[in-house]
Amino acid sequence: MPFNPQTPGDVEQMLATIGASKVDDLFDEIPKDLRIESLAGIPDALNEMDIGKLMSARAAQDGTPLNFIGAGAYEHHIPSAVWALTTRGEFYSAYTPYQAEASQGTLQLIYEYQTMITSLTGMDVSNASLYDGGSAVGESALMAIRAHRRSKSQRILVPTTVNPFYRKAAVSTVGNQGVKLEEVPCPKGSLSIADLEKYADEDVTALVIQQPNFFGVLEDVDALTDWAHAHNMLVIASVNPTSLGILKPPGEWGTKGADIACGDCQPLGVPLSSGGPYAGFLTTKMENVRQMPGRIVGRTVDMDGKQGFALTLQAREQHIRRGKATSNICTNQGLLVTAATIYLSLMGPEGLARVANACHARTNELLAALARVKGVKVAFDRPRFHEAVVQLDRPVAPVIADLARKGIVGGFDLSNDYPELGNALLVCATETRTREDIQKYADALAETLKAAVRAA
Amino acid sequence: MAMQKHPEKIIFEYSRPGRGAFGQWPTERHSPNEPASGIPANLLRKRKPLLPEVSELEVVRHFTKLSQLNFSIDTHFYPLGSCTMKYNPKACNQYAMLPGFLGRHPLAPESLGQGFLACMYELQEMLKEVTGMQGVALSPMAGAHGEFAGVAMIRAYHRARGDLARNEIIVPDAAHGTNPATAVMCGCVVREIPTKDDGDIDVEALRQVVGPNTAGIMLTNPSTCGVFERRIKEVAKIVHDAGGLLYYDGANLNAILGKVRPGDMGFDVIHMNLHKTFSTPHGGGGPGAGAVGVSQRLLPFMPIPVVGKEAGVGKDGDRYRWLTEKDLPQSIGRLSAFMGNAGVLIRAYIYMRMLGREGMHRVGEYATLNANYLMARLARAGFDPAYPGRRASHEFIITAKKQKDVLGVSAMDFAKRLLDYGFHAPTTYFPLLVPECLLIEPTETESKEALDGFVDAMIAILREAETQPDYVKTAPHTMTVRRLDDVRAARQLDLTWKPATSQGLRPTPENAVPS
Repeated sequence: MPFNPQTPGDVEQMLATIGASKVDDLFDEIPKDLRIESLAGIPDALNEMDIGKLMSARAAQDGTPLNFIGAGAYEHHIPSAVWALTTRGEFYSAYTPYQAEASQGTLQLIYEYQTMITSLTGMDVSNASLYDGGSAVGESALMAIRAHRRSKSQRILVPTTVNPFYRKAAVSTVGNQGVKLEEVPCPKGSLSIADLEKYADEDVTALVIQQPNFFGVLEDVDALTDWAHAHNMLVIASVNPTSLGILKPPGEWGTKGADIACGDCQPLGVPLSSGGPYAGFLTTKMENVRQMPGRIVGRTVDMDGKQGFALTLQAREQHIRRGKATSNICTNQGLLVTAATIYLSLMGPEGLARVANACHARTNELLAALARVKGVKVAFDRPRFHEAVVQLDRPVAPVIADLARKGIVGGFDLSNDYPELGNALLVCATETRTREDIQKYADALAETLKAAVRAA
Repeated sequence: MAMQKHPEKIIFEYSRPGRGAFGQWPTERHSPNEPASGIPANLLRKRKPLLPEVSELEVVRHFTKLSQLNFSIDTHFYPLGSCTMKYNPKACNQYAMLPGFLGRHPLAPESLGQGFLACMYELQEMLKEVTGMQGVALSPMAGAHGEFAGVAMIRAYHRARGDLARNEIIVPDAAHGTNPATAVMCGCVVREIPTKDDGDIDVEALRQVVGPNTAGIMLTNPSTCGVFERRIKEVAKIVHDAGGLLYYDGANLNAILGKVRPGDMGFDVIHMNLHKTFSTPHGGGGPGAGAVGVSQRLLPFMPIPVVGKEAGVGKDGDRYRWLTEKDLPQSIGRLSAFMGNAGVLIRAYIYMRMLGREGMHRVGEYATLNANYLMARLARAGFDPAYPGRRASHEFIITAKKQKDVLGVSAMDFAKRLLDYGFHAPTTYFPLLVPECLLIEPTETESKEALDGFVDAMIAILREAETQPDYVKTAPHTMTVRRLDDVRAARQLDLTWKPATSQGLRPTPENAVPS
């Protein structure tokens, strides 16, 4: 047992204090026929040297391919300071800050996070984070229903330009409560008022708008927000935080701004790591603060009038309200919020804008390079941020498999989620991709497509 | 490690226009001069966001100082009942952060993820073995998220059988708040049953509430009272005979690891808090990981993705792949955008491999030994166990009702004063049914000396309570802040920093609460 400090002498003394003759006696309240004697299916213990070798081999097996996928998870430069600080034991191995006096570091950090993320989104208040950007859409839908008391329908419109993984996670989150997430088809690659007109006279609680949308295209957020408000719907914005370095924040969309803004902190210093852990963010206007799920930190004073931080408005939460809570959520992705807050501090307003601009420029270069490859066409000629759809002259899956053999992750195959787009591939280039990387991808793709022609 | 004793400025108070961590920014080479060409002006940001403009050293120093305002497992004994604050081995973090794992995109081809997927598959298999369940899905991202998956599966199971009336979830009054909150989130009605004076649930009351509307029962065993539910087989029979299913809240799995398995007790579905039993970090409030295990009849309903193995395919041997909607058409669906808290799962995998077969048993044994020793010593020192006739599981409850009645010093006062002695407070006022409750869980990784030190502190505080109760009632005295004004925090909401408030705490009109 690698981490136990008890010596045989300790055990003897402790048992004597308890008044038991052997450790096994401490389990005498468990019915005998339920007890197990062995866990045959668990392998022998490995010491740190051996597990280190095993894990190094497995990580090396997966390699470090050249990545051109985004689709909700983005490869960005992560400053060394971010994880050097985040993995300090005092952050890494601390509990939820319920004992405020012993948790001022975590609490102040969350307060600083709340300040940064509300400013980025242009909203008034933020919680301390949710699980991820997908479940955040689900929680936002439930929150919109609580906040919009005049709407009785529990219907939320979700255009197909919203990340399909987010849509699926949201459906799983809200489905059992009778909430209806209705898909709005967007054949042109962005949401238009024409796609929404048929809902104009119906009771709909909210509209979800993703900016940039799943195809990387920029939605006409001002017009869409004003249309939704004019038709008595709340607006839920699902946004990429990097893009907010240069794009208009949801709080300023249209005349009144979005009502709720959510998304994923992953682009802010959180590694791709096969999908998690990430952190969902959720911000809103002050009038909705009591409808928020999850923890919120507030600044207050102590008995001596000195500044301090504490969890607040806890009467919304499960540990106080039990079955009447705004959500069952009991966690915030604290460590990832720590990383995101440190990242935003290092970037500042200008650094973040530069990252956003560099992503935008790199993606334009990528599209120019790919468009020169025979058999490749760029879809949706609209303003975009750092992703785009390209269409191939043949099925995508074998092309991706061939690129993978060349050490290139060539994009996300859209044909399962969007069969109407044909042989479509979603590609992304962030600030981490160089001109050489982009040329390497274009050359590899050309070679793959050429080889397939020869084989045919 | 010394605690930082001085308050730390808000990071924005260090900010100066023109300052920055320039070495981290893309340069002109990466970023063209004309920003955002091709983006219409009405879609662009007009005002800069409020982010600090600070140097890299200022960032490092600020967040290092903030970290020093925290208690943590690495620095303090943390006997927080129900939370299993045990040592988080450094190897788990080190090897989860290898570039091959960190850099892998969740949607990268499976051919570029066989190393990662092998770890996930083996983790599923090991969790099946230690819990006695037939299938494991890893994607729920926390305990409450696992509860959600579990109750959603119970509902899906009844629905698939056309048994549509079953919408009641039975929950003991001592349960975690997440249990009833989860039931409601899954569209169920909560039926609460009482706990008896000996800490077991009231089986007769259970018989009265089960019926044709029963979807299931949610139980923690050992319970939040820190005792093993002795009539568990009878409970399982009553619920199953009524047509309901049993949900196991794995918050206390550490107590019985390698001793008894939820699957053998008759549970149909279970969540495991990998951040408790399998030692992944709590991270100041997350990320957790709430893997779920299921019995045979719930296998078709598991949340996706699950990792499957095709043995001996191709020249490389086994091949791992994601199972999705196509493989599990009755699945309750996807609970996260991608694969839950994958990096946390890798840490749990490393921990389990380091424990190995023998180590698993030792976890339950030493956690239980430490808890019973600490309970025996505190009882001798004059503190009252809430369930004196019972064995402690991995945790136990002390009730400070006597001290409150006689000395006017509450469980909260003991908790706060413990901070001055360098111990994190136990869980207080949970479960709700025990008055002046201190729920104490030492975990297996603490030494006898650490436990003795805690007892010494409790004895010293008891003496203080007798001689200078007001000093205890106003503790802590040595932290950077004293007790905080929670009422003010809720009434005068100050949730974001504004330049106008940097010199003090003047509330401004825009952060006043609407009534």
